[in-house]
Amino acid sequence: MKKSEIEELELRLLLDAMYHRYGYDFRDYARASVERRARQFLGKAGLSTISEMIPLLLHNVSFFQTLIREFSITVTEMFRDPGVYRVIKEQVFPVLQTYPFIKIWHAGCATGEEVYSLAILLQEAGLYTRATIFATDFNDEALEKAKQGIYHLENIKQCTINYQKGGGSESFSQYYQAKYDSIVMDKTLRKNITFANHNLVTDQTFGEMHLVLCRNVLIYFNKTLQNRALDLFDDSLRPGGFLCLGNKESLLFWDRAKHYEAVEESARVFQKKYQPERLNMTNGY
Amino acid sequence: MKEKKIKAIAVGVSAGGLKALVELFSNLPADFSLPIVVTQHLHPADDSYLATLLDRITLLKVKEAIDKETIKPGVIYLAPPNYHLLIERKETISLSSDEKVNFSRPSIDVMFESAANTWGAGLIGIILTGASSDGAKGIKIIKDAGGLTIAQDPNTAEYSMMPQAAIDTGAINNVMSLDEIGKFISSLRR
Repeated sequence: MKKSEIEELELRLLLDAMYHRYGYDFRDYARASVERRARQFLGKAGLSTISEMIPLLLHNVSFFQTLIREFSITVTEMFRDPGVYRVIKEQVFPVLQTYPFIKIWHAGCATGEEVYSLAILLQEAGLYTRATIFATDFNDEALEKAKQGIYHLENIKQCTINYQKGGGSESFSQYYQAKYDSIVMDKTLRKNITFANHNLVTDQTFGEMHLVLCRNVLIYFNKTLQNRALDLFDDSLRPGGFLCLGNKESLLFWDRAKHYEAVEESARVFQKKYQPERLNMTNGY
Repeated sequence: MKEKKIKAIAVGVSAGGLKALVELFSNLPADFSLPIVVTQHLHPADDSYLATLLDRITLLKVKEAIDKETIKPGVIYLAPPNYHLLIERKETISLSSDEKVNFSRPSIDVMFESAANTWGAGLIGIILTGASSDGAKGIKIIKDAGGLTIAQDPNTAEYSMMPQAAIDTGAINNVMSLDEIGKFISSLRR
């Protein structure tokens, strides 16, 4: 066995151990990223091979907690990829406006910046009071941060620029209070947001959504898991509902893609068709 | 001693990269049979003009890498702006929006490390012009995995810092001008 094959095996055993011991399933994550994170962790933990992590993981809960933190990706920002928010505002909101209640699921929300971004746009469009937003992530620590809505002040300039590019029509400063080196998001934005733990690998659907956002999460999955997550979103969306993915995520490898139309391909906003394609009725008819 | 079979080329480039890539790729033969993966530092807001532009000047297909696509021989894949490009062991692409590495996303180190894991001794790693030290750590990983490492001659590079940083690691096999690198890789077959 070559060295690289042994390393591959070590990683597989580590992920198995993590799943069977704690129920966290990274086995269908894109391996290259997981491997990178595992190696980074090795350096920090002062270990030399991935398999050395296995006994520590099995017998030491706090070791697991540190590792899971390393494994979860929480990179995000206010109005990330502002063009996407503009498309949502200009092309999705006019449809949402026709419903008396609006249900939105933001899957993989990490520390919540993009949830607040959407809440702001909903408020400016006069849609917030009839909206319910479910913001989910598997990382409790990130969810707690999202609930607090407290972010570093140093990013505020970029946030403000993104807000304007994303179609914000007021002043971004009215949505937060600056405190020392932090900003605290306006509490009224949180009123209709429910933050909850949900794992796209192991948990089930949310019902009857008008809009599902899941941005820069699917790239961390392999094709099998990508398709599971997309099926989950499809099962959660009403006919005519919208699906918004990350800028480099697509429906290319998904068998239900034919039930969706691109609202704006470059922004990765898709609409579920009102009537599914006619099923093949030739058998027995 | 096992025979080294070349399987792929990974190129890292930063400031001054557009000119360098044009020069490097414009003379590759149409039947070139190795895949090439490229990380060029770009501004996050840049759209994907680089692939379109390079595609025009070479006989090979140049494209922005798509998440989960299978890597094919004779195709040049570019990391998209604002995403790291990683190579899976089954020779497919994975993109990642992880933290910046060496202030860069895409980062050359990230691509080199995953490419070394996948292709090992079958990989050629090339560092070209740039005002950064990204890629230095990765080129050492390529070398340690048995791969062949090349740096553009800093004296001929538009920005010497990046190839020099790679050379300073002691992990570079060959220091060459762009023209020499181009001729060398043109002669390779998978």
